Amino acid sequence: MSEFVLEANNLTKRYGNFLAVDHLNLAIREGEVFGLLGPNGAGKTTTILMLLGLTEPTEGQVRVLGFDPARQPLSVKARTGYMPDQVGFYDDLTARENLTYIARLNGIPYREIERRVDAALERVKLTEVAHQRVGTFSRGMRQRLGLADVLIKEPRLIIMDEPTQGLDPELAREFLGLIRGLKEDGITILLSSHLLHQVQAVCDRVGLFNRGRMALQGTVAELARQVLGGAYRIQIQADGPAEKLSDALQRIPQVIQAHHAGANRFEVEARDDLRAEAAEAVVKAGGRLLSLNVEQQSLDEIYARYFEEAKHAAA
Amino acid sequence: MRLLERFTSTSGREGSPWTGLSAVFLKEMADHLTGARMRILEILILVTALGSVYTALNDIVSGGSQEFLYLRLFTTAQEPLPSLVGFLGFLVPLIAIALAFDAVNSEFNRRTLSRILAQPVYRDAFLFGKFLACLATLAVVFSAIWLLVFGIGILRLGVPPTAEETGRALMFLFATIFYAGIWAALALLFSIVFRSPATAALASLAVWLFFTAFWDIVAGLLVPVLGPKQILTIGDMLALGELELALARISPTTLYGEIAVILLQPVVRSLGLVLPIQLDRALLGSPLPLGQSLIMIWPHLTGLVAVTILLFALGYVLFQRQEIRA
Ligand SMILES: Nc1ncnc2c1ncn2[C@@H]1O[C@H](COP(=O)(O)OP(=O)(O)OP(=O)(O)O)[C@@H](O)[C@H]1O
Ligand SMILES: [Mg+2]
Repeated sequence: MSEFVLEANNLTKRYGNFLAVDHLNLAIREGEVFGLLGPNGAGKTTTILMLLGLTEPTEGQVRVLGFDPARQPLSVKARTGYMPDQVGFYDDLTARENLTYIARLNGIPYREIERRVDAALERVKLTEVAHQRVGTFSRGMRQRLGLADVLIKEPRLIIMDEPTQGLDPELAREFLGLIRGLKEDGITILLSSHLLHQVQAVCDRVGLFNRGRMALQGTVAELARQVLGGAYRIQIQADGPAEKLSDALQRIPQVIQAHHAGANRFEVEARDDLRAEAAEAVVKAGGRLLSLNVEQQSLDEIYARYFEEAKHAAA
Repeated sequence: MRLLERFTSTSGREGSPWTGLSAVFLKEMADHLTGARMRILEILILVTALGSVYTALNDIVSGGSQEFLYLRLFTTAQEPLPSLVGFLGFLVPLIAIALAFDAVNSEFNRRTLSRILAQPVYRDAFLFGKFLACLATLAVVFSAIWLLVFGIGILRLGVPPTAEETGRALMFLFATIFYAGIWAALALLFSIVFRSPATAALASLAVWLFFTAFWDIVAGLLVPVLGPKQILTIGDMLALGELELALARISPTTLYGEIAVILLQPVVRSLGLVLPIQLDRALLGSPLPLGQSLIMIWPHLTGLVAVTILLFALGYVLFQRQEIRA
């Protein structure tokens, strides 16, 4: 078996003339949490469906846990958990009955079923409402039940399509905590989302999706370097001659760009954390340093900047 | 080419094709038997069965032939009520359709379908499990009616049914289940084609109405078009008769009606035209043995089963190709 839990090569899906997914390459390592990011209609769901063999790729190959979803669908589905973007349950059955049905479909031995259902419900903290009809569940409870449903088969790989969609911030944070817990258990996770700070909070690597293409791929820091040019952005407040100060900042080696951002504020983009050098430069140029901050790279910014550029490029 | 590939790849696929079948079957069966829909159908069928058997009993007790009393419970009609068989002819399709018209599309609309198909189950096992559960539910309901009819018979007639009567009634029970199978398969097919259960139900009912009410008219219009242009010889006559019969038998309702006649009215020895040469064999009055009756309806039964399989296979092919988004 290769080192990758999930591999896609030149994965393509066409709907008529429309290219929903365009020669996608993706490789996810064991134990990794990978985030698929992209605007609506980028092709995230389509990609996930192809990875699971729920829809046929027009072109390209997929290997999931070493199996081909088209030829060995049962092996893939027995080991992979899938949580669709809108999880549905049989509303007139209880939470426990819903999970039991899934366990039966997975051919889990009779004596084992109860233990697994209990464990899954416990994990998502739904034990108290196990005997309640799912029709009475709130959105958050359903979403957690969706996760329990995936855990029943004790998967090695979990694929989640927008798992935190429709959850309030509190619940979303809780849900992300659950996902982190799964990662600690060594489960590989692929999730799609457009809630960037959440993706940033749990994912080891992210892939930026745009119009069916995987535009960028890597850790958040790597993406920042590619999109924002510099990995570090330093905000400086200093009194003094603006021209002179920004010139001095610009001259520091490793600085990509420095500019005057109005009033007494300056911005420096750098390849490294140059706070000390920047402070020195300001003082030497006769400025009075008021504050100095290095900004954490946020995926939001990468995302916004990338799509802004993509739009310009297209225009 | 792609289709061929698909078929070869399905034949060479891994694991048993029926993985998960029993899980689907049991779940669906439980749903059917506990559902409110089932309660309504039970009441409906109970009322009609009791009504028609009651009137038949009045007729039987007041005289007439003493042969095949139990079968006459099924076939005796008395104004204004049709016989139980008459009722079954149009109730059975309705019940079958009612059980299957939302089999697949309701799962789609509840968004459970993608979750189920992400489990290690083939789509055909899923579909077949649903179909079998429908058939089994129908079998349970019909068996209950049959038992009810026989029970009332024993209480009111005072004589036990003969072995032949029981055998014939049992065969008719099987035929009824097969007949229901066609309509269940049709409704299942429409539940795959149409995303809205209401549309699927309407489409199934349209087909049912077409065959029960309009097919005779259509067949009547087709006979002069397809049949011999002139009737000169007895051969032409026969050909015309055969054509009429063949066209009429395209409708499952006709097939079921003929099966009912052969099985439940053993004195009827032939269907369609009877030539003078055959008359001694087709002589009215002396009932046909059960074995002979079975031989006569064998083509009908295989026809019903074949159409059911065809409809199911069509549904399977369409379902296999469907992309399940949420
Ligand atoms: N059956 C279909 N026929 C034609 N086009 C389709 C079909 N299914 C999806 N598409 C198109 O493919 C594109 C990708 O859709 P997809 O659902 O994968 O996007 P997504 O990234 O999941 O978006 P979202 O964030 O809104 O869920 C969309 O533009 C959509 O219109
Ligand atoms: Mg989507």
